[in-house]
Amino acid sequence: MTFVGNLPFVVSMLLVCLGLYVLLFKRNLIKMVIGVSLVETGINLFLVTLGYRAGGVAPIYTYAPVGATQVLPTPQALTLTSIVIGLATTALLLSFAILIYRHYGTLDVTEIKELKG
Amino acid sequence: MNALATHVPILVIATPLLGAFAAPLIAKLGRTTRVAFSGLIAGLTACFAGLLAATLYSAGGQPIVYVLGGRVPLPSGLAVPVRIMLEVDGLSVFMALIAALVGALAVLYSVSYWKERSGGALYDSLLFLLIAGVFGLVLTGDMFNFFVFLEITSIAACGLIGFRAWRKRSSEAAFKVMALYTLAGLLVLLAVGLLYGQYGGLNMAFLAANLSGSMLDRIALALLLAGLAMKAGAVPMHMWAPEAYGEAPAPVAMVLVANSQAGLYALFRILFTLYGVALSVTAIGWILIVMAVLTILVGVTMALVQSDIKRLIAFGAVSQIGYMLLAVGVGFAVLATRPAFGLAAIQGGIFHMINDVACIGLLFLAAGAMVRAAGTRNLNAMGGLAHDLKGLTVLFAVGAFALAGVPPFNGFASKLIIYESTFRLSPVLAIVAVLGSIILLAVFLRAFQAAFLGPRTVGEAGRVPWTMTLSMAVLASIVIGFGLFPGFFIDKLVAPAANALWNGQAAYIGAVLGGG
Repeated sequence: MTFVGNLPFVVSMLLVCLGLYVLLFKRNLIKMVIGVSLVETGINLFLVTLGYRAGGVAPIYTYAPVGATQVLPTPQALTLTSIVIGLATTALLLSFAILIYRHYGTLDVTEIKELKG
Repeated sequence: MNALATHVPILVIATPLLGAFAAPLIAKLGRTTRVAFSGLIAGLTACFAGLLAATLYSAGGQPIVYVLGGRVPLPSGLAVPVRIMLEVDGLSVFMALIAALVGALAVLYSVSYWKERSGGALYDSLLFLLIAGVFGLVLTGDMFNFFVFLEITSIAACGLIGFRAWRKRSSEAAFKVMALYTLAGLLVLLAVGLLYGQYGGLNMAFLAANLSGSMLDRIALALLLAGLAMKAGAVPMHMWAPEAYGEAPAPVAMVLVANSQAGLYALFRILFTLYGVALSVTAIGWILIVMAVLTILVGVTMALVQSDIKRLIAFGAVSQIGYMLLAVGVGFAVLATRPAFGLAAIQGGIFHMINDVACIGLLFLAAGAMVRAAGTRNLNAMGGLAHDLKGLTVLFAVGAFALAGVPPFNGFASKLIIYESTFRLSPVLAIVAVLGSIILLAVFLRAFQAAFLGPRTVGEAGRVPWTMTLSMAVLASIVIGFGLFPGFFIDKLVAPAANALWNGQAAYIGAVLGGG
């Protein structure tokens, strides 16, 4: 595999690292949710890339031309599931962030101190 | 009856799942119907789990494979298992029994715990969803399904922690826990992707048969280790645990302990069954041991300084995860040479799982009743509860002594095995483990003295409803029963589970792929 062939993997891992950085070093709750979302996107991209075959067609068995290369269907199913789960977690995280904002009037984690220690 | 026995693995998961989605509808028919329905679902689930255990043990402990959407794992002409399947062996069944126990007791306890509050139906719904997720985690034989069930437990758990939106600390705890759970789940998903990319399969038995121990396998293992240790609440990824256990309602905290143990189960399954001796077991074993020792020490020292009764128990729960990790880490470190004390260590660790869920569960439930009676969670403000609540006093004392590993309670039985077997690997480890127990004893004696003894400080405490007392009494009888007859339970329950880890890899693979 050439560098260009590996580029999607590099990009997806960069996204994951970027997301982790945001999650660890940003103090705003909304930005932390964005961080989680970035990690998730990176991993989804990674899964889709895993199933890619050069010149492959969509893996719909009955419609594919005879003898054509198909991309792998399993990673696509995994990615779809993962996107749905990601939607649920992001929605839940954001609703907790809204509740926290109502209680404390801020989204800065350093000012939300009830549970320290 | 025969068809029921065939389909029982999926029924164990499907029943609470049905309960979760039907609960809000049934609740429209009134409170009594809602309670009866919850009881029915919890009872049925427990029966199915029992039946699953009976089926497995009567078949001599050979793994049961249940294929969804087909009869056989391999459609003709394929070498890769493509169907989704559940695979049940001694350890899975052991964990399923734990989940069934805490699920049924949590439902029983919640009946009167939630009497005067609204939202009971949604609470039931989330509780059943969490229980279904835990069952799924321990029964699945497929890596991706494992990730899905992990996320189901995370979402349901955080819903349960944070649904009391009027409390400041609930939302805060829920956000923190959700962020860490999600991160843990994503690390697991990345590892699943790495394994799929190399071997083209997601089935655990298939992966176990093909793992070569390559560089990518090691990276995947590191990701799984980090993700699952985070889920289990091992130091240094424990910071969510006190918040989760402390802010969740008491019965939920008990189920969350079982949920953490499911994370630990997954860790053991992956280490022993998936990877096995394909990697340098000694190094990985020692990583587990170091994490375990840190978990014990951090757990007990943090428990020492808490004045909030639920957070105090929560840190106790964190330290107990350390004991299980320590024992199984010792077992894994010596897996290559297989001395007898390795198996003993694993037996101790697995036995401690059910003991821990019984005594920590008892303490959380007792704390729920104490907070309800005293109207405060602050130990300094509580006092003299023993005057009015004699039964609760005895139950709390039983739980506290069991957790600290005092004979004749169950915590002593399993901790003794852990001390003995870890001593064979390194005496220092046994000393740390004993020290941890001694500090825990001090912590809980102080808590007991502050809450129950002395003059009344909060006026006359109200009675504890009988359903709450009954569920605590069941746990207390387990605590005492397992403490008095450890040999019997180790023989019947723990030995098959430990055996599944110690030398069950070939049988696990063979059950799906044939041969072996």
